[in-house]
Amino acid sequence: MTLENVNPPLTTNFRLASAGRTGVTMAPRLRALIGPLLSRYGLVLSFLVLWQVSSSQGWVNPAVFPSLDVILAALWDGIASGALLDDIAISLQRSGIAFASAVAIGIPLGLFMGQVKAIEQALDPLLQFFRQTSALALYPVFILLLGLGETSKVFVIFWATLFPTLLSTIGGVKEVDTKLIEMARTYGAGRLTTFRRVVLPASVPAIFVGLRLSATTALLLLIAAEMIGANKGIGFQVMNAQYNFQIPLMFAAILLLALLGLAANAVLVLLQRRLCRWSQPSP
Amino acid sequence: MSFAPEIRRGEVTIRHLSKSFTLNGRPLPVLKDVNLHIRSGESLAIVGASGSGKTTLLRVMAGLDEADAGEVLIDGKAVRGVGAERAVIFQEPRLLPWLTVIDNVAFGLETRGVSREEAKTRARRYVQLVGLQQFENAYPRQLSGGMAQRVGIARALVVQPEILLLDEPLGALDAMTKISMQQELARIWRDEDVTTVLVTHDLEEAIYLADRILILPREKGGEPRLIEIDMPRPRDRSAREFVRHREELLNLFGLH
Ligand SMILES: Nc1ncnc2c1ncn2[C@@H]1O[C@H](COP(=O)(O)OP(=O)(O)OP(=O)(O)O)[C@@H](O)[C@H]1O
Ligand SMILES: [Mg+2]
Repeated sequence: MTLENVNPPLTTNFRLASAGRTGVTMAPRLRALIGPLLSRYGLVLSFLVLWQVSSSQGWVNPAVFPSLDVILAALWDGIASGALLDDIAISLQRSGIAFASAVAIGIPLGLFMGQVKAIEQALDPLLQFFRQTSALALYPVFILLLGLGETSKVFVIFWATLFPTLLSTIGGVKEVDTKLIEMARTYGAGRLTTFRRVVLPASVPAIFVGLRLSATTALLLLIAAEMIGANKGIGFQVMNAQYNFQIPLMFAAILLLALLGLAANAVLVLLQRRLCRWSQPSP
Repeated sequence: MSFAPEIRRGEVTIRHLSKSFTLNGRPLPVLKDVNLHIRSGESLAIVGASGSGKTTLLRVMAGLDEADAGEVLIDGKAVRGVGAERAVIFQEPRLLPWLTVIDNVAFGLETRGVSREEAKTRARRYVQLVGLQQFENAYPRQLSGGMAQRVGIARALVVQPEILLLDEPLGALDAMTKISMQQELARIWRDEDVTTVLVTHDLEEAIYLADRILILPREKGGEPRLIEIDMPRPRDRSAREFVRHREELLNLFGLH
C-alpha cells in the first residue's frame, strides 16, 4: 500500500463530500429530523406503547392499569365537565403563590447573604438545620400555628420551595470569579456597579438551577399538602379517586401533575435560554 | 541637594518600596527598597525569575495591593488604590462572558459614567484597532485565546490611560500568535501616547518591546538592574544588537 492510497489528496476528498451533499434525497433529511427526536423521546414512546398494549391485551389488570385511551377520556371528561378545572385552579394558586413568594424572598436574600460574609456565616448553620428538617415533618407544626386552611398549605410549600432557590443563589454569588471582580475594580466600579454588572449576571445560571429545583419541590409539596386535609386540588383528586376506586381519574390526575411539572420546567428553561444566551452554544 | 523634577503625564516614580507577605506565619520579603523612575511615554519591561516579585510590584503600582513601606507616585501624586489614569491587562483576558466583544470593550467607560451610546461608539474604534471588527457581537466563548486577549487590550486602551500595566499578557499564547501580538502591541504603543509597564517571562519580548528592562534579582538582597535597549523600531529580532542584548540578559540570569 502506498502513502497516496492511505491519504488521498484533499481535493478528491472535498469533491466526494460535496457530491454526497448535492445528491441529498428526502430519506436522509427525514432521518436527520426524526433521529434526534427518536433518541430523545424514543424511550418515553416505547413506555407508552408498552402500557397501552399490556393493558388492552390483558397482560396487566386493566382495572388497576387502565389503558391510555381510558385515562385520556377520564381527563377529558374531568376538564370538559369543569370538575377538574376547580382542582387545577386551586392547585395552581397554592403552588403559584408559594413559589412566587419563595422566589421573591429567596433571590434577594441569597444575593445579599452571598455577598456579606459575616451574615452568611452566622445564618448558614441555621439554614442547614432547617433544610435538613423535612418540610413535611414541620407541616403539623404549621397547621398548629396557622390552622388547617389555605395558609398552612401555602406556607409549607413556600417553606420547602425557599431553600433550593436561596441556597443556589448564595452559592452562585459566592462562586463568582474574584478575578472578574478585581478587573471591575480596576475600571473604577464601586460596590453597586460591581454587583449589578458582575456579581448578578454571573449568578444567573446558578439561580436558575435553584429555580428549577424549587419548581419541582413546589409540586411535590403541593401534592403532599393536598393529600393531608384538603377537599380540593389535584393532589386531593389523586387520593380521592383512588379511595372511590375511580382508577382512570386517579391516573388522569397523576398525568395532569406530570404535565404541570413539565410545563413549569419548560417555562424556566426557556427563560434561562433568553437570559443566558451567552453561555449557550450557538445554534 | 535640589530635586525638582518636571512633572509630565504618565510619569511613575517608585521610592523605597518594600513589601512582604506572610507565609506560614513568617514574613516573606518580596520587594526590598525598590527605587525606579519611569519616564512619560516610556515602555519599561520587568523581567525576573518566577517568584521574584514582578506581579507584586505591578499590583502595587495598579493600586490593587498596598506596599508596607515606600510609595508609588504617579505624575507626582502618591497612589491610593486604583485610578482612572491607570489600566491593567492581566495574564488572563478577564472578559465578562455575558457581554459581547463590543460591550466588554465599553465596560471600562460605562463604569466611569460614560453613556452607553457614547461608550459603544468609542469602543468600536478600539475593536477595530485590534482587528476584531468582525467579532463585535461575538461572545467571549466564541473567541480564541489571542482574540480574547486583544479584546482585553482594547478594553484597557479605550479608557485612554496614561499608564498601561501588563502582567504577562501574552504568556498563555502560542509562539506564532505571540509574535504577531507583539508586533501589534509595538504598533499600538507607537500610536497611542501611553507609558507602559510590561511584566514578562519572555526575554525576547522584552527586548522587542521595551525602551528599558528592569531585571529583578533572583536572590533577595540582590540589586535590581536596568538595561537600556536603544534600537530603532520596528525591531529586527535577528539584528546583531538584538542578539547581543539577549545574550546580555541570559548572562545576567546565569543561563549562558
Ligand atoms: N497574596 C499572597 N500571599 C502570600 N504570598 C504571596 C502572595 N502573592 C505573592 N506572594 C509571594 O510573593 C512572591 C512573589 O510573587 P509574585 O507573584 O510577585 O512573583 P512573580 O515574579 O510575578 O512570579 P511569576 O513570574 O511566577 O509570576 C512569591 O514568593 C509568592 O509566594
Ligand atoms: Mg507573576
